[in-house]
Amino acid sequence: MIEVEQLRVRFGDNEVVKGVSLNVPAGGSFGIVGESGSGKSTVLRALSGLNGAWTGRIAIDGESVGPRRDKAFFRKVQMVFQDPYGSLHPRQTIDRILSEPLLVHGMDNIERRIETVLAEVALPNAVRFRYPHQLSGGQRQRVAIARALIAEPEVLLLDEPTSALDVSVQAEILNLLADLRERRNLTYILVSHNLAVVSHLCPTVGVMLGGQMVEVISAEDLRAGKTQHPHTSELRALSVDLEEPA
Amino acid sequence: MLVDIQNLRVSFATRTGTFEAVRGVSFQIGTEKLGIVGESGSGKSLTARALMRLLPQNARITADRLSFDGVDILKADERAMRGLRGKRAGFILQDPKYSLNPVMTIGRQVAESWRQHKGGSRKEALEAAVDLLDQVRIRDPRRVCDLYPHEVSGGMGQRVMIAMMLAPDPALLIADEPTSALDATVQAEILRLMEDLVSKRGMGLILISHDLPLVSHFCDRVAVMYSGRVMEELSAGTLAQAKHPYTKGLLNCLPSLTHPKPRLPVLSRDAAWLQS
Amino acid sequence: MSASFSRAWLLDETPASRSQAAWGRRYRAWLDLRSNPLAMIGLVVVVAFVLLSLAAPLLATHDPGVQDLTNRLAKPSAAHWFGTDELGRDIYSRILYGGRVTLGMVIAVVVLVAPLGLAVGCVAGYAGGTVDRILMRVTDVFLAFPRLILALAFVAALKPGVESAVLAIALTAWPPYARLARAETMTVRNSDFVAACRLTGAPAGRIVLRHIAPLCVPSLIVRITLDMSSIIITAASLGFLGMGAQPPSPEWGAMIATAKRFIFEQWWVPTIPGLAIFMASLAFNFLGDGLRDVLDPKQR
Repeated sequence: MIEVEQLRVRFGDNEVVKGVSLNVPAGGSFGIVGESGSGKSTVLRALSGLNGAWTGRIAIDGESVGPRRDKAFFRKVQMVFQDPYGSLHPRQTIDRILSEPLLVHGMDNIERRIETVLAEVALPNAVRFRYPHQLSGGQRQRVAIARALIAEPEVLLLDEPTSALDVSVQAEILNLLADLRERRNLTYILVSHNLAVVSHLCPTVGVMLGGQMVEVISAEDLRAGKTQHPHTSELRALSVDLEEPA
Repeated sequence: MLVDIQNLRVSFATRTGTFEAVRGVSFQIGTEKLGIVGESGSGKSLTARALMRLLPQNARITADRLSFDGVDILKADERAMRGLRGKRAGFILQDPKYSLNPVMTIGRQVAESWRQHKGGSRKEALEAAVDLLDQVRIRDPRRVCDLYPHEVSGGMGQRVMIAMMLAPDPALLIADEPTSALDATVQAEILRLMEDLVSKRGMGLILISHDLPLVSHFCDRVAVMYSGRVMEELSAGTLAQAKHPYTKGLLNCLPSLTHPKPRLPVLSRDAAWLQS
Repeated sequence: MSASFSRAWLLDETPASRSQAAWGRRYRAWLDLRSNPLAMIGLVVVVAFVLLSLAAPLLATHDPGVQDLTNRLAKPSAAHWFGTDELGRDIYSRILYGGRVTLGMVIAVVVLVAPLGLAVGCVAGYAGGTVDRILMRVTDVFLAFPRLILALAFVAALKPGVESAVLAIALTAWPPYARLARAETMTVRNSDFVAACRLTGAPAGRIVLRHIAPLCVPSLIVRITLDMSSIIITAASLGFLGMGAQPPSPEWGAMIATAKRFIFEQWWVPTIPGLAIFMASLAFNFLGDGLRDVLDPKQR
């Protein structure tokens, strides 16, 4: 579904992604972990079309895409952002936020689609005409997921979707994402700094360091500690160490 | 007892009435490390801020007892409070980016904060700053002295903040989510550093965080807060034997690398927790 | 609209329709504004001035143009509430009619300036790069001229009159709004919600028009209300210099201009239009300050 070959992204003189390749089958779920500055979010923004300054090859569904994407691409690929406080327009009601993609793509049955998608992300109909500031962080992230889903995409790019949320809400959102993937046969790429979150949702994990993907490892091998690269081992050790209460 | 809080309540007046954000919190701290853990809106930050009277204008604080270092915070005048803040208690916030002055070199900022409390010449202060930066384990502190805050990493910035807070030899360090903006590797280093310094200097530490397992590694005791109340207070080593359903729920709903769960248990909240 | 505009309906935390949500937000803003006494004074005075000007034909005791040379420079009295001017015209009636001219000029300027500034600023801010550079340099050129001098030159090139004065003031008044709208746009253009909007595949025009411009409008409204007073004063200055409304048209600035030589002997003749300008400007400033507290998203 998603093929990336030798992706390079450069900001001025600074190359932040240095030849990353990855391959995600349809219905698959690929996790990218790394520390801040490792280039993991930059990969995602290049994939989504938000950042056009890249070289290499990106193909979605077997079709190569360029730096500029057409409407059909955005029907297929959607993104959920880290900060649910920043990713919703502060002066638009939830209803307006959700109807926007439908209007852009000229889709019909707006009323029904909004009701359906709200039910799907387990939000009560009462939130429909509220403003984002009237909702909790978890509810906002549900709205952001609903917006990404409403135009019925096949690929969801998730940029740290739970790192701004409380742990109890994180669990709810992770469960929701798992359910949605199953129900809609979605393909995920999940970027996170949290190894436990990534390995919970993704059977395959890529570890990034300094703009390179230093290791691609299955979640089972990661759990078992069968790591190849020292950075992966370091991240794993820290995660295991801090995960258990003292 | 360094800090003694009995039945602390913080409320805010809003358009629709008063909103009680902290509802009867009590704890005491000596020269030890207390972790306050809770989700957003649990009142954990407000509790610590109430102790330093760093609350917005419309907040109302009441308590049966609220004392720090023998001073009654509720009765102290603003001058006495200024003497406490910074001098007797250091405050470390989440993001060093917003706490450091962007147009002053790091050396000068640390030196200034030292001079403010200790007096002395500029040269002495700079030497003290270098020494402080060395204590927070910054390699090559003389070079770092000449850097501006934007030229250092988040972890380094947080070390500088800690160095500044240590300058007046405070009795208590309050750290409000000191590492949530940092990478996991840096996070552990900073917390270990704080733990070390606090033990070595015989200070008290209040570590506020949303990360229960993390906090338990660096504190002696943990207070779990929910909706303005302390649900449970337990020693860090016994977290696994937590009794309160909220504490258990918080631990269970975390995804785990070593013990995969097909589905994460969702925390169900019980209104009965807020009774009594 | 089925439901009535009751207080409960407006303050409902879970509105049931788009219009209820929109009205609810407006009502909350109104409640905020109402709790600010200075802003309310400003609003009352502004509304009063506008109503008085609109109702000038009903309220005026005399024809503002009729001269009565036997009764010139009369003191305020029962017949002439604010006295008469150097041609024996009733000052009270002239103030009422003058409000139409002066406030009308101000409103015309705003109607011209606000959309232009908003459009230039938003486009420049969102497009960035060359477009931004060109638009902002043009703005700088207009900004570099001293406001009154450019207006004077412009009016002198055309024929003096209300229309040219409005055009001249508009020409010099738009650059700050463009700057403001650009600054606002720059703060939101890289935000996640604009990124999310781009990811729906929406064209740039739609993003600017429907998502960015509405965010710039509140601060623009505030700025305009605060600028109203300076627009009134510029309009009055042009009138004072004989470049704005032409006599016998009763414009406040022109009224002061023609009466300035009587300031020591018959002080009320220039003072009363001066007071009208002063009160209108002050009221707009109060209102603007209040609106800033209510509308400015950064204040929350």
